[in-house]
Amino acid sequence: MKGLLQGRLGTAAGFAAAAVLLLVVAPAVLSAFNLGLLGKFLCFAIVAVGIGLAWGRGGMLTLGQGVFFGLGAYIMAMHMKLADASLFGGSGVPDFMSLYGSGQVPGWWEPFRSPAVTLLAVVLVPGLVALILGLAVFKRRVKGAYFAILSQALAAAFAVFLIGQQATTGGSNGLSGFRSFFGFDLQDPDNKVMLYMIAAAVLLLSVALARQLMHSRLGELLVAVRDQEERVRFLGYDPASIKTAIYVVAAVLAGIAGALFVPLVGIISPADVGVIPSIAFIIGVAIGGRATLLGPVLGAVGAAAAQSALSSTFPSFWVYFQGLLFVLVIGFMPGGLASLASMVGKRRRNRTARPLPSVPTPAAASASAPLTEGEASMPEEARR
Amino acid sequence: MSTPTLLPDGEPRAGGLRHGRPKYLEIRDLSVSFDGFLAVDKVNLDVVQGDLRFLIGPNGAGKTTVIDAITGLVPATGSVNHTGTEILGRKVHRIARLGVGRTFQTASVFENLSVLQNLDIAAGSGRGPLQMLRRRKTVDPAVEEALEIIGMEGVAGKKAGILAHGQKQWLEIGMLLVQNSDVLLLDEPIAGMSQDERAETGELLRRIAASRITLVIEHDMDFVREFATSVTVLAAGKVLSEGSVAQVQADKKVQDVYLGSSGAEADDA
Amino acid sequence: MELLIGQMFAGLSLGSVLLLAALGLSLTFGQMGVINMAHGEFMMAGAYTAFVVQQAISDAGVSLLVSIPLGFLVGGVLGLVLEVLLLRRMYHRPLDTLLVTFGVALILQQAARDIFGAPSVDVRAPAWLQGNIEMLGAPIPLTRLFILALSLVCLAGLVLLLKATPLGRRIRAVVLNRDLAETSGVSTRRSDQLTFFIGSGLAGVAGVAVTLIGSTSPYLGTNYIVDAFLVVVAGGIGQIKGAVIAAFALGVLQSAFEYSTTASIGKVLILIVIVVFLQLRPQGIFSLKTRSLA
Repeated sequence: MKGLLQGRLGTAAGFAAAAVLLLVVAPAVLSAFNLGLLGKFLCFAIVAVGIGLAWGRGGMLTLGQGVFFGLGAYIMAMHMKLADASLFGGSGVPDFMSLYGSGQVPGWWEPFRSPAVTLLAVVLVPGLVALILGLAVFKRRVKGAYFAILSQALAAAFAVFLIGQQATTGGSNGLSGFRSFFGFDLQDPDNKVMLYMIAAAVLLLSVALARQLMHSRLGELLVAVRDQEERVRFLGYDPASIKTAIYVVAAVLAGIAGALFVPLVGIISPADVGVIPSIAFIIGVAIGGRATLLGPVLGAVGAAAAQSALSSTFPSFWVYFQGLLFVLVIGFMPGGLASLASMVGKRRRNRTARPLPSVPTPAAASASAPLTEGEASMPEEARR
Repeated sequence: MSTPTLLPDGEPRAGGLRHGRPKYLEIRDLSVSFDGFLAVDKVNLDVVQGDLRFLIGPNGAGKTTVIDAITGLVPATGSVNHTGTEILGRKVHRIARLGVGRTFQTASVFENLSVLQNLDIAAGSGRGPLQMLRRRKTVDPAVEEALEIIGMEGVAGKKAGILAHGQKQWLEIGMLLVQNSDVLLLDEPIAGMSQDERAETGELLRRIAASRITLVIEHDMDFVREFATSVTVLAAGKVLSEGSVAQVQADKKVQDVYLGSSGAEADDA
Repeated sequence: MELLIGQMFAGLSLGSVLLLAALGLSLTFGQMGVINMAHGEFMMAGAYTAFVVQQAISDAGVSLLVSIPLGFLVGGVLGLVLEVLLLRRMYHRPLDTLLVTFGVALILQQAARDIFGAPSVDVRAPAWLQGNIEMLGAPIPLTRLFILALSLVCLAGLVLLLKATPLGRRIRAVVLNRDLAETSGVSTRRSDQLTFFIGSGLAGVAGVAVTLIGSTSPYLGTNYIVDAFLVVVAGGIGQIKGAVIAAFALGVLQSAFEYSTTASIGKVLILIVIVVFLQLRPQGIFSLKTRSLA
């Protein structure tokens, strides 16, 4: 059983099962409204996959993923606003610009009229920003708390910046009221299902990507960098490049998630990208198990589902609950629910007294169970 | 197989290789200052390939700081020339790529990774991006050989964090071997080892040093006497004496500042 | 000229608010390595303390003078409870303290909303702090001058405490080498608790101070926390003099940026300045030199 689960076949089977669940079962059983909600949660899960890599595996506590999420989202939203304006308004000028601004489309909006540029920018802009920032920060060995605080300041500044630009970004209202998505009518239920399908497919792909990265040599090196960054230098590697590469991957995933979020949810505003949402991305990852592959995904979906179920009915209770989650999970269960699962697994293995393992072969050493996914568990953070 | 072995046959000897063009490490006027305090003061030091050089000296003599300076951990002035290439002033990882490897006083291995993963990482700084993105499917022949040399085939899949202290030190030496460095700087490699482990480590050091430039910091004089082919004595940041173990121990200056009361013992060496 | 003086003073005033908010942090973050995201909410607690005190004592002057020590006590006790219940077990996981204390911040914010309501409340400034004085032709609000003075008093008190008292020596010993201090007979537990009490108490004082220049809402803390951390980061961890320079430099720069551009672009520019500055001095203005590998 264990061999089957751990083998390549097991992974493929697990992946196929998840694909069937997300792409066939969910659309069949969920109402249109709930499917839309699930699609939104899947967007958060995509962000969480990136955070799991950067934070869980790489030790980079990035409190600014909202920025990359927001970049992807606003780029997509600008394109959709422009496209709507040409399709329905005729003038080519988005409605809110005539309300708050000069009625002119600013120059930096223009490139996003093109669908191709938009799709490229959704990936490239967050990636490029992360690349520049990552190089600036990691090359100078800014790390740990310093990095966390800088990334948080970035999220704060980004939100403040957006709010200040009422005429060109919609200010605190953000951008909303979209009617079409690359020519597809957003009112059409079939198109909504299609959007959900895209989000689900992107999530599956990003999990596959994260799995490959975690099991690659880069993934092993990343754990080495997380635990002993200085030591890695003496082996001839530049930790800054490794960290920057993973930071860029996390940023691109967040950007794509943001771009999918906009047509699915129908609005993007500074409230979705600032300090609070950026930290909220973290909690799901922490609950699920930051260093595991699936923990962040399940944690993010679970946390988002809990929020949407509780926050409207008991808004005050939800905030207390969320606060308590942070305190209890991070304070007392830093490995997240995955550590609970592996603890149970260990106990069971001990009970069914297995024969002594033979000398581990390299193949066995690199394979691992799909859920706990890894020889590299929790970091032992060095003091600063 | 035609793969080069990590440990070709041979014995280290004072003065290093006598044939061909041996590689060398040439240190000139190396100085390190911490806020005005000269921890290393114009040190000159030559180590040739095939020599097993020990660096000894009382606490605070600046031994570790010399290695820190060579490997780029602390800023220093002067010159460190590795077989024609100046390495001083370069970044830590660049110096490592130029073939300078080191170990640390407190064994620092990647505790959350397996022994095999530790070695694989050490062997891989030259890998291209595509190789890095792929999974580790086979074991590098050099890694396999290193596992055998350090006698850890049996624990290859174990996490390095659960190894005994001596084993961690050995793993570090193994990492140094697969790193393919020709300059090896070892900082107290036998600290905390049992007598048997020390003897084994000493033998291993001799085999390693036969074909490399090796500089070992050590306090244990019995160990130095048994395994060193040459010795440099450092005191208060300066080179005090240099030569064979016997020569150094006979040196009056060394007896005064370092060996002190054990000067009598030096006579019978 | 008046403009320049006015502008300079606006910067100094902003700097003094930042300093007040960051002083406590430079103790808890700088000296102990705890990233306390609830520090802003401790400020908020201080501000609401001033509000409650004013409900009881209608004389604004007396209530302000009562509020300052009481705010210190409220902030300090909150900090002490946090340290004892949660943080003591987390000193080896500094990044995780950030997330845990963020949870605490959420809870405190919601508690404030439930107790005082979401809309903001106002605290009256005493009569003797209303109005301006002229300085080289520029009008300087007295409340701002008062905050500047208060921040300098707090700074002096803190420096005196660290440099000249046995408690301060203990705190510094623990910062430099926790294990050694412990084996030398310094009770790290008591010193940690006291450090946290004082650091959090300073947040409470900062909270009382900011009621003079703005209204108090459950979101008060979030407005200050990021900037306060940036001050500590730019100043250098564990360096109070660094925090002082950074606070005033950032204050002056930010008000200059805001004057010449807009508030939102000013914020972004400040962040860029800090990132560029960290390129030059990754450890902040001042840094502790150690020989350790990490």
